[in-house]
Amino acid sequence: MASAPLISARGLVKRFGGFTAVDGIDVEVHPGESFGFLGPNGAGKSSTMRMIGCVSPPTEGELSIFGLDPVRDGREIRSRLGVVPQQDQLDVELTVEENLVIYGRYFDIPRAECRRRAAELLDFVQLTERARSKVDPLSGGMKRRVTIARSLINEPSLLLLDEPTTGLDPQARHVLWDRLYRLKQRGVTLVLTTHYMDEAEQLCDRLVVMDQGRIVAEGSPRSLIAEYSTREVLELRYSPGTNEARAVPIADVGERQEVLPDRVLIYAHDGEAALHEVHERDAMPESSLVRRSSLEDVFLRLTGRTLVD
Amino acid sequence: MGTPAAVRVWERSLLQHRRVWRTSLLGSFLQPLLYLLGMGLGVGALVDGTTGSPELLGGVSYFAFIAPALLAASAMLVGSQDSLWALLDGFLWGNQYRAMTATPLRPTQVAAGLSLWHATRALLTVVGVAVVLTLFADTRTWGLLLAVPAGVLTGLAFALPITAWTATREGDISFPAIMRFAIIPMFLFAGVFFPIEQLPSALQPVAMLTPLWHGVELCRASVLGTLGAADAAVHVGALLVYVVGGWLLCRWAFTRRLAS
Repeated sequence: MASAPLISARGLVKRFGGFTAVDGIDVEVHPGESFGFLGPNGAGKSSTMRMIGCVSPPTEGELSIFGLDPVRDGREIRSRLGVVPQQDQLDVELTVEENLVIYGRYFDIPRAECRRRAAELLDFVQLTERARSKVDPLSGGMKRRVTIARSLINEPSLLLLDEPTTGLDPQARHVLWDRLYRLKQRGVTLVLTTHYMDEAEQLCDRLVVMDQGRIVAEGSPRSLIAEYSTREVLELRYSPGTNEARAVPIADVGERQEVLPDRVLIYAHDGEAALHEVHERDAMPESSLVRRSSLEDVFLRLTGRTLVD
Repeated sequence: MGTPAAVRVWERSLLQHRRVWRTSLLGSFLQPLLYLLGMGLGVGALVDGTTGSPELLGGVSYFAFIAPALLAASAMLVGSQDSLWALLDGFLWGNQYRAMTATPLRPTQVAAGLSLWHATRALLTVVGVAVVLTLFADTRTWGLLLAVPAGVLTGLAFALPITAWTATREGDISFPAIMRFAIIPMFLFAGVFFPIEQLPSALQPVAMLTPLWHGVELCRASVLGTLGAADAAVHVGALLVYVVGGWLLCRWAFTRRLAS
């Protein structure tokens, strides 16, 4: 890409005492991109986001956002960022509209302008009719939408989202994804963390897989799957406790095998053919499933562990 | 454009307070009134007949003795309560202070805004008590005008150090102990209800170290018109040590908590 990166990190490190949360990562995010940090809890995603959000100074390495230095120009950078934190952090005793207006005031936006923008943003997140109700009784999905509307009050060109849909039901997640996709279409650069594969696949043009503070892979969801996994996956379930033993005679079926506590995964270009082969060998499972490879499989391949325990 | 950051943080507290201002206002009149009727007039009727009491109370009635002290004591109670649970919420459960520092606001500006709000609450509280005091001839003096800032200073001498403490906490386990073993004993023994000369002599210097005693002495002497310049300087100076020390601790604690 020709444009200057919005975010550029080189050898970025964050330590808390003796604990290294982020262990030397290199990242570049370009304008208009939708970029993801994918990894399990404790991988260093949130610490990275807090450094990018200029609320946590890097321990080592270079970091620039909008070409500015987060330590020296933190105030300037934060005035141009939108932040959707992992926890909603709303004033639950205040109304939806008041939450937006008061947040706009933190940016020193005049009150009348805050109100005008709040009305527009509540329309965007489909909460206009709840503008005057308190936040407390709203559903988790609605609160999340309030938080997203609030993060847009300063009309940011870069939006940071930390686990945007964690804890929401599937329907609420789809509503949120739809809104975020619209933002992306408007040219807002999205940077998000997630430990959900489907979310990363839905929202990210490009992502990095993080594990224990390091980046272990980088690419588009599709290219990562192509590089680190097969087209299809055959999942076999045997009776509890017998996976290890049952996996041995079928170890050479497909291209690769992973034995998990609750199932055996066989990576193959053609899952149905692999299942047929398993049947031929009399290794009938209690149940089986053929599916497309996902980022979950990429993660398993790269780290030997599953993302959500 | 161009409202100071602390004022914009203060606006949030004001907005939240608007939901409860009626009960809060009623409380700030009713509570001192009840103390004055119960302790001032009720207990006062017993005290004022005792030989020796006028000398101990500095030549005034028991009512006139305790009424001005309630200015400082009320500011202490409100300042401490506001700085515990409600404040921890912004760090721990609701996390609203984190939301603030994701914007251009810095942790010290958040601390400044909350301190400004503590001052506002102290002012509203002390004015409420002062209005009640104007109902009684003994305490209806111009000195009340001087006692109001003294009361606000007393409120801040509690609110700021406790705010700094709360900013370092991961839970509220210590809060009831602060109320039971620091605030309530001060209320009872630091010169509100009887002169500290009545305390065992070993405890008198302890009472003199508390911000409440300095606040009480300032308010009482202001209302009764007995405030000397030297005493005033000592009491204001002592309160300022708590206020300024508390503010410096707040700056440190907020920055450590919100920008690490």
